Amino acid sequence: MTELEKPTTSRFLDYAPAPESTSILHLKPSYGLFIDGEFVDGHGESFRTISPATEKTIAEISNADSSDVDVAVAAARSAYTRTWSTLSGADRGKYLFRIARLVQERARELAVAESLDNGKPIKESRDVDIPLVAAWFFYYAGWADKLDYAGLGPNPRSLGVAAQVIPWNFPLLMLAWKVAPALAAGNTVVIKPAETTPLSALIFAEILQQADLPAGVVNIITGAGDTGEALVNHPDVNKVAFTGSTAVGRAIAKSVAGTGKKVTLELGGKAANIVFDDAPIDQAIEGIVNGIFFNQGHVCCAGSRLLVQENIHEEVVDRLKSRLMTLRLGDPLDKNTDIGAINSREQLDRIRELSDIGEKEGADRWTAPCDIPEKGFWFAPTIFDNVSTSSTIAREEVFGPVLSVLTFRTPAEAIAKANNTPYGLSAGIWSDKGSKILAVADGLRAGVIWANTFNRFDPASPFGGFKESGYGREGGRHGLAAYLESAGWASPQEISNTSSSSRKKATS
Amino acid sequence: MNVTTQGLPAQAIQAKALAPAERALSMIGGDLTEKSLRLHLEGLAGVDAVGLEQRAAALGTRSIKTTSKAWALDTIIELIDLTTLEGADTPGKVRSLVAKAVNPDPSDATTPRVAAVCVYGDMVPHAVSALGGAWSGGTDSGINVAAVATAFPSGRASLAVKIADTSEAVASGADEIDMVIDRGAFLSGNFGLVFDQIVAVKEACRRSDGSFAHLKVILETGELNTYDNVRRASWLAILAGGDFIKTSTGKVSPAATLPVTLLMLEVVRDWHRLTGERIGVKPAGGIRTSKDAIKYLVTVAETVGEEWLTPHLFRFGASSLLNDVLLQRQKMTTGRYSGPDYVTMD
Amino acid sequence: MTRLAVPKTYKLYIGGKFPRSESGRTYEVATKDGVFLANAALASRKDARDAVVAARSAFAGWSSATGYNRGQVLYRIAELLEGRRDQFVDELIASEGLTKATATTQVDTAIDAWVWYAGWADKYVQVAGNANAVSGPYFNLSTPEPTGVVAIIAPQSGNSLLGLASVIAPAILTGNTVVVVASEAAPLAAVSLSEVLATSDVPGGVVNILTGSPAEIAPWLAGHADVNAIDLAGAGLLDWVDLQVVAADTLKRVLAPEDGAPPPSLERIVAFTETKTVWHTKSLI
Repeated sequence: MTELEKPTTSRFLDYAPAPESTSILHLKPSYGLFIDGEFVDGHGESFRTISPATEKTIAEISNADSSDVDVAVAAARSAYTRTWSTLSGADRGKYLFRIARLVQERARELAVAESLDNGKPIKESRDVDIPLVAAWFFYYAGWADKLDYAGLGPNPRSLGVAAQVIPWNFPLLMLAWKVAPALAAGNTVVIKPAETTPLSALIFAEILQQADLPAGVVNIITGAGDTGEALVNHPDVNKVAFTGSTAVGRAIAKSVAGTGKKVTLELGGKAANIVFDDAPIDQAIEGIVNGIFFNQGHVCCAGSRLLVQENIHEEVVDRLKSRLMTLRLGDPLDKNTDIGAINSREQLDRIRELSDIGEKEGADRWTAPCDIPEKGFWFAPTIFDNVSTSSTIAREEVFGPVLSVLTFRTPAEAIAKANNTPYGLSAGIWSDKGSKILAVADGLRAGVIWANTFNRFDPASPFGGFKESGYGREGGRHGLAAYLESAGWASPQEISNTSSSSRKKATS
Repeated sequence: MNVTTQGLPAQAIQAKALAPAERALSMIGGDLTEKSLRLHLEGLAGVDAVGLEQRAAALGTRSIKTTSKAWALDTIIELIDLTTLEGADTPGKVRSLVAKAVNPDPSDATTPRVAAVCVYGDMVPHAVSALGGAWSGGTDSGINVAAVATAFPSGRASLAVKIADTSEAVASGADEIDMVIDRGAFLSGNFGLVFDQIVAVKEACRRSDGSFAHLKVILETGELNTYDNVRRASWLAILAGGDFIKTSTGKVSPAATLPVTLLMLEVVRDWHRLTGERIGVKPAGGIRTSKDAIKYLVTVAETVGEEWLTPHLFRFGASSLLNDVLLQRQKMTTGRYSGPDYVTMD
Repeated sequence: MTRLAVPKTYKLYIGGKFPRSESGRTYEVATKDGVFLANAALASRKDARDAVVAARSAFAGWSSATGYNRGQVLYRIAELLEGRRDQFVDELIASEGLTKATATTQVDTAIDAWVWYAGWADKYVQVAGNANAVSGPYFNLSTPEPTGVVAIIAPQSGNSLLGLASVIAPAILTGNTVVVVASEAAPLAAVSLSEVLATSDVPGGVVNILTGSPAEIAPWLAGHADVNAIDLAGAGLLDWVDLQVVAADTLKRVLAPEDGAPPPSLERIVAFTETKTVWHTKSLI
C-alpha cells in the first residue's frame, strides 16, 4: 500500500482559478416581501443576507411580521377564490410551463445567486439545483389538466391556501418542490424561504412577474422562525408543507393538531449507505463521496452512516481517504470547487460540536488535508472510523461533511443496523447481486433507496420518509396528491346497501 | 490448445499451465494455470456503468484556465503518439509525419515535440531514418518510434506470424510495440490463450542486447463491449507483462472514451497500490480536440495522480488532435483565434 | 323447562392469547336497558404496552407475507363470521339494542367489508404504487409498504361489529399490525371477533383487542414511541386534539375521528402505508 499523502508540488492539479462571473447578477441593494404580485416592505426589522464564503453582505432583506403574514395569506386567499381556482387546469399548466422556461432562460443567473447566498459549489447549483428547478415546474405543469389521474378519483379538489416553509440547503429547489405541485393542483401559496438563503426566491419572484402569473397566486415572505410559525399557524391556511429539522417538524405537527390542515413534512435523516463486499467498488467510493459530501453534507437524505461489510472495511476506508484528497474546498463560485462553504456560523458551530463529541466518544477522526480560507465558514471533509452504533454521531443528524463508518457482517445485520434509528428517509445499497439488493431494499425502513447510486432526484420520483423523517411525499403523482383531496370514489354499493333480504346464501 | 475451447473438457483447459510471467506469478501464486487466472480475473470487483460514466462526466466538467491550460496544452503535445495507420501509407507520408512530430509548429520554436510516431511495422525503417538525430533510439530523450504489430488491427493470425511481425519491427528499430489482443479468444473465455500470447509477444520485444521494446497492449475496448471485460482484460494484460494498456486500434468504433480510460486508469492505480509498480495508459482514437484531451489529463491527474502525466506513463494515440492543440496554443500566445491554414497538415 | 345457560368470560386478546387484564380490573357491560350482560376486562396501560409488544413482534412476519396470503387470511375471517352470523346478530341485539333486521344488516355489512378489503391485499400496491419515468438510466419504482404498528380507537357509538371491520381490515391488509381499543359501551362483538380471529389464520399479535376505557388507554398508545400510527376513528368524544399533539412527539401518522363506521375506501388503506421509492442503475455494459 502506498502512503496517503497529498502531492506537495503540483503544476496542474491545483487548477488555476476558474471563477464564474457574477456580472450576470443584477442584485438590488434591498428586497421587500413579494405579496400580491408586488414587492412591499415588511413590518419586522429587516436583516442582511450574507455570503457564507466571505461573510460579506449581499442584500438587505425585509422581515415579515404577523401582520405581513396576514396580508400575504389574505392575498393568497383572494387569488385562490377569484382567480386561480376559476382557471382551467390547462391554463394553470401554461403558467407553470412559462415559469419552467423562464427558469431555464435565467438558469446561470439563478445558479450564481444560489452559490453566492448558500455557499454551495457553482457546479452543483449549475448542474443539479437549477436544472431540477426547471424540471420540477415542467413536470407539474403537465399534471395541471390531468388531476383526474392523480389517484384520488374523479374531480379531486384543491385544498386552498398552502403555507410552505423551506430550508436553506437547496433554497430554490425546495421552493420548486413546494410551489410547482401546489399550483398544478389549483392551490395558491404563501412560502417562506430560509432566513439565510432568501436571494434566489426573490429573483424567482421577478420571474413570476415576467410570467405574468396572476397576483397573489404565489406570495414570498422572508423572515426567521417566528415568521414561519405565524404562517403555518395562520387560521386561513388549508395546507402546511414544511422541509427542515425534525424538531421543528414535530412542533408544527403539534401546532396544527386538530385544525384539519393537511400536512406534509420532510424532516431529518441519518441514512445508511450499505456497501457489500461484492460492490462495484470504484462506483461505491464515488457514491459514498457523493452521498455525504454533496452540498457539504447539508442534505437531509445524506448517506451519513457508511455501513461497510467487515471484510472490506480497511480497503474501503483507505480508498475513500485517497479519493477525499482530490476534493477541492474553496470559493463556491469557482467552477472546480467540490466542497463549498458551510451555510452559516450557527451550522458550522453545530458541526464542530458534534464532531468534537464524536472524537470524545472514541471514534477515529480523519480530516482531508484542505487549505481553509480565512474568511467564511468552512469544514473540511471528515471521516469518523470505528464508530459504534451507540455513538452520538451515528445517531444524530450532523448536516455537514462528516461521515461515520460502521461495519456489519451479514445482510441481516446490515438491515438491522440501517433501521436502528428513529429516522427513515433514505438509504443506499452497493452490490453487484440483484437478488440481494432487492431483498435488502425490502427490509429497509426508508422512503428512498438508492441501489448502486446515491442522491439522485427527479420530479417524477416520490421523495419522503418513514418514521420521524416525516410524512407525505414530494415528487411524482404522490407529490401532487399531497395538494389535493378526493371528492369521493363511486362507493362500493354492495357493501353500504347490503340488506339481509337481498343476500343470497351460498348453495352448499 | 487452439483458438477455441469449445468441446474440450473443462478440467483439461483449466489445468493447463500458463507461461510463467513474473507479475502473474507474484500476484496469483506459483500455480499459474488457466484455472487460477480465470478465478483471479473473475474475482475482480464489478463495474457499474452508470456510476463510471457519471464520474467520467463529472471529471469532464473541470474548468482549466490560464496557466493551467497553457501547461496542459504543452503536456498534451508531449504525450502524443502522432499516428498514421493507413493502407495507403508511404515512406513519403511517414517522412511528412515525422517532420510534424519534430517540429509541430514552425511558427513557434517553444512548441514541444511529440512523444512518438506510431506507424505500421514496415514503415519503421523510414520513420527511424526520417527522425535522424531526433530519434530517441532507446534513450530517454528524443522521439520514439512505435510500431503496431501482431496482425494489427484484427489480430487474426497465428502466434508465429504475430511474433515475427513483432521481432521484425523491433529489429528495424521500433522503440515501442503496440500489440492487439485476441478479442475472440477473450470473449470466448479463453483468457489463458490471450495471456500466453502477450507473454510471447513481450518476449519478441527483446532486443539483441537484452533490453526490451516497450509493450503497449491494445484491448480494443469497443469490441470487448462491457466495462467488466475491460477491467479483466486490463488486469490480464498487466499480469502478462504489458508496459502500457491501450484502449483501441482506432479502427473500431467506439475507440477511446473517457469512461473506458478512467476505468483503465483505476486498474493501473489499483496495481500501483498493490505492487508499487507504474503501468502506462494510452487512449487512442477519437480524441480530436484540446478540450477533450484536457478532460483526459484531468482524469489522469485525479485518478492516478499528476506524476502519471509523463510520456512514460500516459500517451494519446492521435493524429488530428495535434493541430487543434496548436491552434489553441496560438490563441493563448496571440490572444486571437487562429485557423486551420495557420498550422501544417501533417 | 329451560336450560341454565353457560355465560362466557370476556377477556382481552393480546398476541393470540386471551389474558385477563394484568390489573385484574373488569367493568360491567349492560344492555341499553341496563340489564347486566357480562364483566368485560378493563384494560390497563400495561395491557396496552403488552399489546404493542405483541403487535411489533408480529409485524415482520405479517408484513412479509404475500398479498395473496393476507387476502386469503382476511377472506377467511369473513367465512368464519358468516358461520357465526347468528351469534353476532344476537350479541348486537343484546348489546346495542338493535332490531333483528338492523343487527343482521350490520353483521352482513361487516362480513362484506372484510371481503371487500380482502380483495385489496394483492392489489393496493399496483394502484397506489408507480413506475417512475425519471430522466436518466434508472429503474425507479415506488411501492406502498405498511407503516408498522397502528393503534386504533374503534368507533364508539353503535356499529360495534361493523366499526371494527371498517378500521381493522384496511390497516392489516397491507401488513400493519394493530392494537384496537374496542367500543367501550358495547365490547361484546369485539371479544367475539377476537375468538373468530384466534381460530382463523390471522397470526397471533397481528390484531390485538383491548376492552375498557379509550379515555384511559388512548393517551398511552398515542405517546408510545413504538407505535407508528394512530387511527382516531372512534375518538371523537375524547380529547382527541391532545392525543394528536402527543402523537406528534414521534411524528405518528394520524387519522382524525369519524362519525360512525368509516365507509370502505382506498384512502383508508393507503393512509397507513409508506411509499418507498427504489432506484437502480440500468446499463447493458
